[in-house]
Amino acid sequence: MKTRLTLRTLALGYLGFLIILPVASIFWFTFSDGLGTFWSSVTEPDAVSAFYLTLIAAGVAVAANTVFGVLCAIVLVRHRFPGKRILGALTDLPLAVSPVIIGLALILVYGSGGWFGGWLAERGILIIFSIPGIILATIFASLPFVVREVAPVLREVGIEQEQASSTLGASPWQTFWLITLPSIRHGLTYGVVLTTARALGEFGAVAVVSGRIIGRTETLTLHVEDRFLAFDLTGAYAASVVLALLALGTLFAMNFFNREEKA
Amino acid sequence: MSARGSGQASRIPGAGRGAFGRNALGRGVVLMYLSLLVLIPLSAVVWTSTEGGVAAFWQAISSPEALAALRLTFGAALVVVLINAVAGTLIAWVLVRDSFWGQGFVNSVIDLPFALPTIVAGLTLLVLYGPGSPVGIDVAYSPVAVVVALLFVSLPFVVRAVQPVLMELDRESEEAAASLGAGPLTIFLRVILPSLMPAILGGSGLTFARSIGEFGAVVLITGNIAFETQVASVYIFGQIEGGDIPAAAAVSVVLLAFSLLALIGLNFLQDRWTRHED
Repeated sequence: MKTRLTLRTLALGYLGFLIILPVASIFWFTFSDGLGTFWSSVTEPDAVSAFYLTLIAAGVAVAANTVFGVLCAIVLVRHRFPGKRILGALTDLPLAVSPVIIGLALILVYGSGGWFGGWLAERGILIIFSIPGIILATIFASLPFVVREVAPVLREVGIEQEQASSTLGASPWQTFWLITLPSIRHGLTYGVVLTTARALGEFGAVAVVSGRIIGRTETLTLHVEDRFLAFDLTGAYAASVVLALLALGTLFAMNFFNREEKA
Repeated sequence: MSARGSGQASRIPGAGRGAFGRNALGRGVVLMYLSLLVLIPLSAVVWTSTEGGVAAFWQAISSPEALAALRLTFGAALVVVLINAVAGTLIAWVLVRDSFWGQGFVNSVIDLPFALPTIVAGLTLLVLYGPGSPVGIDVAYSPVAVVVALLFVSLPFVVRAVQPVLMELDRESEEAAASLGAGPLTIFLRVILPSLMPAILGGSGLTFARSIGEFGAVVLITGNIAFETQVASVYIFGQIEGGDIPAAAAVSVVLLAFSLLALIGLNFLQDRWTRHED
């Protein structure tokens, strides 16, 4: 019994000092000046435009990675072809790549002196130091989550129902919408929630490709750093709290869907 | 139409009969998406790092500043792996074997570092453990800050790897060991720990890969002091901003190689374990 209490105290103490207290303290510092200060910081034009850019980048990234993720999971689970393991490893790769390297990699290909950048620039398409670059970086960083959640579910449900449906004359699309999609629903939702969290919070990759034009190519995470470096702690804390609230919402959704899945 | 035709020709009997099963279009789209986003850009990093030849590559990664950054990065990552292996196992144990009021809350707190943007994580740590610390602990702008920031962001890996294994673990062998007179410590070390080991190693591999590349959480709290608190990712960022792309690419390749090694090693261990279980 004594060991049990000691272990419990150690574990909770560790979590308390490492996670709970720091996160609680930023809420405390933000709201200690009152709601008014917080509200004027988050409604400042630069903060608002950063917030919208974050929503746009995350929205596009989540949509793109959801469609890709489902397709990729189907290819990985249902198809048999040489190099399948390599393809699987490739989809996991973004998890092992530092955000800064993601940014560098995109600059080298899509930047003005990059492999495709010159060709694109001639056609008037600017990617790096512009919103498309931010979107690409966000997509790269949040790419693996849907695939990783959907693939095991797809493997689990098997192909019997899909086969039955196509034997009975359903078109591939009908089979997908009526059989496959409902059966992967939970895994897909969970993957989308994880993708959203990563996309909203991406910092390093975006920092490299954004060019930091305040009010234009600054996302909310970049805005936090920008305010901090400008010694505007109130602004930095306020934007952090907005991001933290989004994260808590995500966490709630993660728990909710996890429980639903188990039920 | 042609895509569907070629898909049909390469069809393997018994495989790929689901939706999309009969066409290669899906495979093509997936490959294209991954190539444009991941494969080609990462190849560009490797290519750029070797453009000046082996000597230039070597010079870039052995410059005093780069070397100091790499040394700090790998040193901190190893410390974090060790602490996480112990703390993560302990937390998983408390979450599975203990029961107390608020356990559900504690369990969801574990995922917070995944949900919280890294820059916010760094800022929160700086608020509590920085110069204006309300608890009187100031570790900012020191190597300790690097370790603390990395511990924060990598907390879930070991906990979430060990937890399910611990839940599935058969208690009979523990009871048998106890009835044969083994103490709690012996039971843990000889009976429980061996079954948890693959999960701990798997979580540690992810922790290592994540730690050597982390940027957002460390950038504010370390203060970016060259030779002292500058980690590799911050060094790379500085080189990109300063226009020395080949140097940035060279250090990037070192990081990429090590995180791949960690992940391949992890895959290998997991493969071996599952085969062992079968």
